[in-house]
Amino acid sequence: MTKVFRLKDLDCANCAAKMENCIKKIAAIDHVSVNFLTQKMMIEADEKEFDSVMQEVVKVCKKIEPDCKIMM
Amino acid sequence: MKRKLVRISVALVLFLTVFTVDKIVNLASVLTGSYGFLLPFGLYLAIYLLVGYDVLWKAVRNLWRGQLLDENFLMMVATFGAFGLAIYRGVTGQSLEGFDEACAVLLFYQIGEWLQKYATGKSRKSIEHLMNLRPDYANLLVGNELTKVDPETVKVGDLIVVNPGEKVPLDGVIVKGATDLDTKTLTGESLPRSVKTNDEVLSGCVNLTSQITVRVTKVFYDSTATKILDLVENAAMKKSKAENFITKFARYYTPIVILAAVLLAVVTGLVFNDWGVALYRALSCLVVSCPCALVISVPLTFFIALGTASKAGVLIKGSNYLEKLNQAKVFVFDKTGTLTKGNFVITTVEPVSKRAEILRLAAIAEKDSSHPIARAIVAAYGQKIETGYTLTNIAGGGVIATKGAETIYCGSAQLLREHQITCTVQSVTGSVVHVARNQTYLGYIVIQDEIKPEAHEVLSGLAALSARTVMLTGDNEVVAAGVANDLGLSAYRANLLPQDKVKAVESIYAEMNTKDALCFVGDGINDAPVLMRADVGISMGGIGSDAALEAADVILMHDDLRGILTTKHLAQRSMCIVRQNIWFSLLVKVGILVLSSCGVANLWMTIFGDVGVALLSILNAFRVKFSALKKRK
Repeated sequence: MTKVFRLKDLDCANCAAKMENCIKKIAAIDHVSVNFLTQKMMIEADEKEFDSVMQEVVKVCKKIEPDCKIMM
Repeated sequence: MKRKLVRISVALVLFLTVFTVDKIVNLASVLTGSYGFLLPFGLYLAIYLLVGYDVLWKAVRNLWRGQLLDENFLMMVATFGAFGLAIYRGVTGQSLEGFDEACAVLLFYQIGEWLQKYATGKSRKSIEHLMNLRPDYANLLVGNELTKVDPETVKVGDLIVVNPGEKVPLDGVIVKGATDLDTKTLTGESLPRSVKTNDEVLSGCVNLTSQITVRVTKVFYDSTATKILDLVENAAMKKSKAENFITKFARYYTPIVILAAVLLAVVTGLVFNDWGVALYRALSCLVVSCPCALVISVPLTFFIALGTASKAGVLIKGSNYLEKLNQAKVFVFDKTGTLTKGNFVITTVEPVSKRAEILRLAAIAEKDSSHPIARAIVAAYGQKIETGYTLTNIAGGGVIATKGAETIYCGSAQLLREHQITCTVQSVTGSVVHVARNQTYLGYIVIQDEIKPEAHEVLSGLAALSARTVMLTGDNEVVAAGVANDLGLSAYRANLLPQDKVKAVESIYAEMNTKDALCFVGDGINDAPVLMRADVGISMGGIGSDAALEAADVILMHDDLRGILTTKHLAQRSMCIVRQNIWFSLLVKVGILVLSSCGVANLWMTIFGDVGVALLSILNAFRVKFSALKKRK
């Protein structure tokens, strides 16, 4: 399943790249793409695990960019 | 955004004031004694904190979270270092300098950041505005009552009313009324389209003239506006090789710069035995440690290119396709519906003197046939056709019409010969229909599929780019050769069944240079497999056709072949600018590193170098838009 999330206050291009890299490392994620320009994040993961995956994603984002919020 | 601008402006003004006063009266000498440096230090520190407290706060916070190589942190180290050095000079009684530099580094870093943000925000907004398709409400008609509802709640079969000036919220069919629709945001076509009862309307169009009532045929999530919006919004998700390269590069860039700075400090320190100088040079290196200019300019260029394309009515599904389009050397075209209009017209009637007579008789014979050639003849005659004839259809040959003693033969040369009528067979392009009456040969009609008016321009444009052009068609050799000659194509393959087209493309691939890319241009009707197989599948008439929207990588929303040239130019342009930006930023950064390690560049130069590179590459990215627009004129 693929979902697109809007990101609020994603401030710098490099942070977006860092976020993408770290989220990629979450095992249950098939594909992730963080786009600084559209302020969006696309996540592809198994439907059953999606909620737990998202919790981890939020944690990772918070670590890298505490100001950035994922709009669910 | 605005508050930050005010803060930066205030800080800049204060900085300039203090800086000028300092240069004139030398603030360090106002307070006498060994603590004279405290006055300028205090003033600059206040400005420093005013402009950069958020940077410091972020740096501390990220450090707390274990992120050592955060650019905020690096900025903090560089500026604290500079302050430290200046204080050291002050305490040891050397001539005072360095406070202004430390303050300026952070000030200009912030100005640069703000401008970057402004530029990206601006381009984002202009694209959002462009894709202003999303309908806000629908006027639902129940009985005689109108209610404003959320378009998401409207079901298939519901009736909605669209007033002049409103956006059509959902796809449907008009049940009452006629109007003109502005389809500009959907197709890039500037002429309004007239629609009447029973015509289909697509969401995203704007109703211009009068009220219409529409029966909804698709729910919100399946409607054209939603689909196109999703497409455009997700386009930026497919990243190009250049983008991936740059983000990967950025990951190694910062640690390498820091390592270089540390090495520099140690080596120069040991060699010259002057740790102040060594530290200063190392700090200069840190200033250029943020790879943001690189990381942002590449995707920004592509983003602007995608936006510019959609403004011209071309949807590109990802920046990776721009990269491939740039490498495209072979363009394969489907014939019917792509290079030609797919509607047959009469090109010649021979002999011309008998034109009216020949058409009249042919129309009598062909009046009941649904074959496109027959329809073309009937349309060209355009008058009331005499009736009362008995029509006999000869499969694969033509039609014989009889009425009393009169017999009309209309069809192939073969048919006429079978009835002992001699006819001259000409070698012409197109389909030939011979006409005879009562054993007398009258002449023939040549019917051809019309070539699209812009096809010549596009193909000669591609030829000018030394691209190979190949046409695939299910038509016979003669017709294919005619069109190919007329348009100046490099090659053609005739007599192909739809399933043979993939094979034909494979064989073209086999002849190609592996570095080059292949584009296939089709109408999206039965060529989805080829659209998928090609490096870049370009489809015509994406609007309303789900198959084309899904299978193609590039969609010409307004069936204009010229979109191919626009897109190709745009692809070349953006790749060129991306390359310029990568090389330019890298060279300047390396230059700064080298200069500051030799001690030639001071902090002033490095900060201007760093911020300047970022701004210049952003401005350069914007050039994509203007050059593409110029090309179109």
